Amino acid sequence: MSDSTKLDYLDLESKDKTFLDSTELVLNMGPQHPSTHGVLRVILKLDGEKVLGTECVIGYLHRGVEKIGENRTYAMFNPYVDRMDYVAAVSNGLGYCETVEKLLNVEAPPRAQHIRVIMTELCRIASHQVWLGTHALDIGALTPLFYAFRDREEILKIFEKYCGARLTTHAFRIGGCIYETYDGFEQDVKKYCTFFLPKLDEYEELLTTNRIWVTRTKNVGVLKPEDCIALGVTGPVLRASGVKWDLRKAQPYECYKDLDFEIPTGLNGDTYDRYLVRIAEMRQSVRILQQAVERIPSGPIMAKVPKVIKPPVGEVYHSIEAPKGELGYFIVSDGSTQPYRVRVRPPSFVNLQALGTMVRGMLVADVVAVIGTLDIVLGEVDR
Amino acid sequence: MLEAIKTYLNSSVTPGEAGSQLWALMYIVAITLGISLAVIAMNWLERKILAHMQIRLGPMRVGPHGLLQPFADALKLLIKEDIIPANADKLVFWSAPVVVTMTAFTTFLVVPFGRTHAVTDMNIGVLFMLGISSLGVLGIIMAGWSSNSHYPLMGSLRSSAQMVSYEVAMGLAIVCAVLMTSLQTGTGTLSMIGIVEAQQAQGVWFIFKFFPLGFLACVVFAIAMIAETNRAPFDLPEAESELVAGFHTEYSGFRWSLFFLAEYAAMLAVSSIAVTLWLGGWLRPFPNLLSGPTWDLAFSLIPGLSFLVMAAGCFLGTIRMPKLLRLQAIGLATLGGFVGLLGLVMLLAGVRERVQDIFWFVAKVAVFMYLYIWYRGTFPRYRFDQLMKVGWKVLLPIGLGVLILTALVGMRQELLAVVVGGSR
Repeated sequence: MSDSTKLDYLDLESKDKTFLDSTELVLNMGPQHPSTHGVLRVILKLDGEKVLGTECVIGYLHRGVEKIGENRTYAMFNPYVDRMDYVAAVSNGLGYCETVEKLLNVEAPPRAQHIRVIMTELCRIASHQVWLGTHALDIGALTPLFYAFRDREEILKIFEKYCGARLTTHAFRIGGCIYETYDGFEQDVKKYCTFFLPKLDEYEELLTTNRIWVTRTKNVGVLKPEDCIALGVTGPVLRASGVKWDLRKAQPYECYKDLDFEIPTGLNGDTYDRYLVRIAEMRQSVRILQQAVERIPSGPIMAKVPKVIKPPVGEVYHSIEAPKGELGYFIVSDGSTQPYRVRVRPPSFVNLQALGTMVRGMLVADVVAVIGTLDIVLGEVDR
Repeated sequence: MLEAIKTYLNSSVTPGEAGSQLWALMYIVAITLGISLAVIAMNWLERKILAHMQIRLGPMRVGPHGLLQPFADALKLLIKEDIIPANADKLVFWSAPVVVTMTAFTTFLVVPFGRTHAVTDMNIGVLFMLGISSLGVLGIIMAGWSSNSHYPLMGSLRSSAQMVSYEVAMGLAIVCAVLMTSLQTGTGTLSMIGIVEAQQAQGVWFIFKFFPLGFLACVVFAIAMIAETNRAPFDLPEAESELVAGFHTEYSGFRWSLFFLAEYAAMLAVSSIAVTLWLGGWLRPFPNLLSGPTWDLAFSLIPGLSFLVMAAGCFLGTIRMPKLLRLQAIGLATLGGFVGLLGLVMLLAGVRERVQDIFWFVAKVAVFMYLYIWYRGTFPRYRFDQLMKVGWKVLLPIGLGVLILTALVGMRQELLAVVVGGSR
């Protein structure tokens, strides 16, 4: 008893400090937590509600996808990449197929390219819808989640009709697409475009001018452009900070160079801007869809690719603009049927690095908002 | 015995005033049961209404349209394992939900469901309600502290700060209403029944008094009362996405259900205060526009008729069911029969005069409860500092301004006399 009254062990510098000043609360958020989007664990050092520091602990969903790649043939590894960012499986598959195509030095025929663009843009909308719903839910708005999932359902129906799967689609193959479009594919996509634009207005009605939403997101988790570049942040998070960098324009792949669309950017790099950028991106995706469906040519959907894929010795890095940012694959080939090394550059993993910078000095509630706005998928962070 | 019942039924005062302890006890039992039933109904209604706002169906499995879902949930909570964390302060942990529930239910002692339908008519009724409902914070702090865990501690700290600061704005709004009661008689009253009677005497509900003023005070009160009961968009103490479940994170089973019960009882309690202060309590709508004995009769028939309409709805639902001999259909038909019988009883001459007060009161409370659900379906959650800003920088000045203006407008004749007299 006498020892505790001295308070020596609290290491107080001045006498006017009480023991309350010296304690920092260490709060363990996750891996079981409603708003860490899976199994992310964030250790927060708090002063009251103020965040002094964060530490991310990842790896709870590690499945060794890259190592699996070394033990599978090139074609066999294709479905595994769908399981990384399971919210945007189509984009993952596209990135992998294109990288192997680059290694083989083949290019998908124009019809396949258009189908790929349509599918990936649909997937981008679906991914952003999941982001919108969960992000709004984190900030406390319950209803947008259900609206977003209702409309995402229509995209999943198109996926299901096209390739039989809704989530982990495995839609593309190395060298093109394996499935021809079903009857009425074009009409379905066109119908979706006209169906979705009013729904997007509906989301915006609930949130964009909502006073509470604006106060909760404006000036929260600000990322300066130079911080973004230093941290390697890509995708909508980078563009919301005002950097006009989109791989679909910067290093056009597939048929994106023939399509007319804009890259929405923000000014302040705060959570509200990221919200606006993603909403604008959905509108641009609809624009791309409408053009691609009109221009879809006839012809083969598969390039000439050998049955057994044996790329020449060498290494290749190729990246695409996934919904969450730059998704890159680095593949080393030793001339055998299996890759020597597959390395994935997942956008979520790199974007998650910015969490500490964004929440330092903010409040606990902002940590939740920032995790939501970074749009991470733990399957992709941990791989 | 029969005499006692007869004399009571003919009396026109509350049991507390009449000094009848037996009747007071019966009222307490009836109100406790009624509030518990209302919480159960509210649970079902909230899930259904919220579900329909969010393009879902809500509970559909247990009973017709999930009507028995709350009972199934209650049963589940009762038979769940009762966990007390190893490092918790057992006594405090045990007593916290009891304190919260007790305070939430005690406030109903002075709620006037009608001229005669209150346990007692305290002359400090409003103060009593405010005082008792503030005690609920104590239970929340106890829960957060005794759990010996970070999330509950933060939740309870948030909750206490929030409830204390919003009580200020709430108090200012209440003072406006109390000021308004003093307008004709010269002496104001804090009695809940007195406040409603003042509205009756002045022929206007206080929400319409001095037009924007009464309305503004009511709005201040309505916002403060949401914060007071920790509901969306001010549900930070139990912010699911941040603090898991806030102050009751470590609670489970029956103790958790006590918190649940207390939360909804508190919502009903503050809605009852709002109805009493601003919406004329048990008075029927349109007393001035549609006055006269004919209209009185017509309005007194509405409670019974609305119950009959509900019964008709139940029967219609039964007929539309695919199989009439299944438990669901029989259950719904029984419910319809029960409700219809109640409706018929409520149409009887002796009953309808006494029941209509309760009906109008409950109907007005239901409006506020619907608003609670509506807010929850629409608004995101405030951050803690923003919540404090709204409380201290927006609601408090508005409340103060409305209070001063109400006083000035209420005293305008006296003030004019002073000004004119001074100029002479």
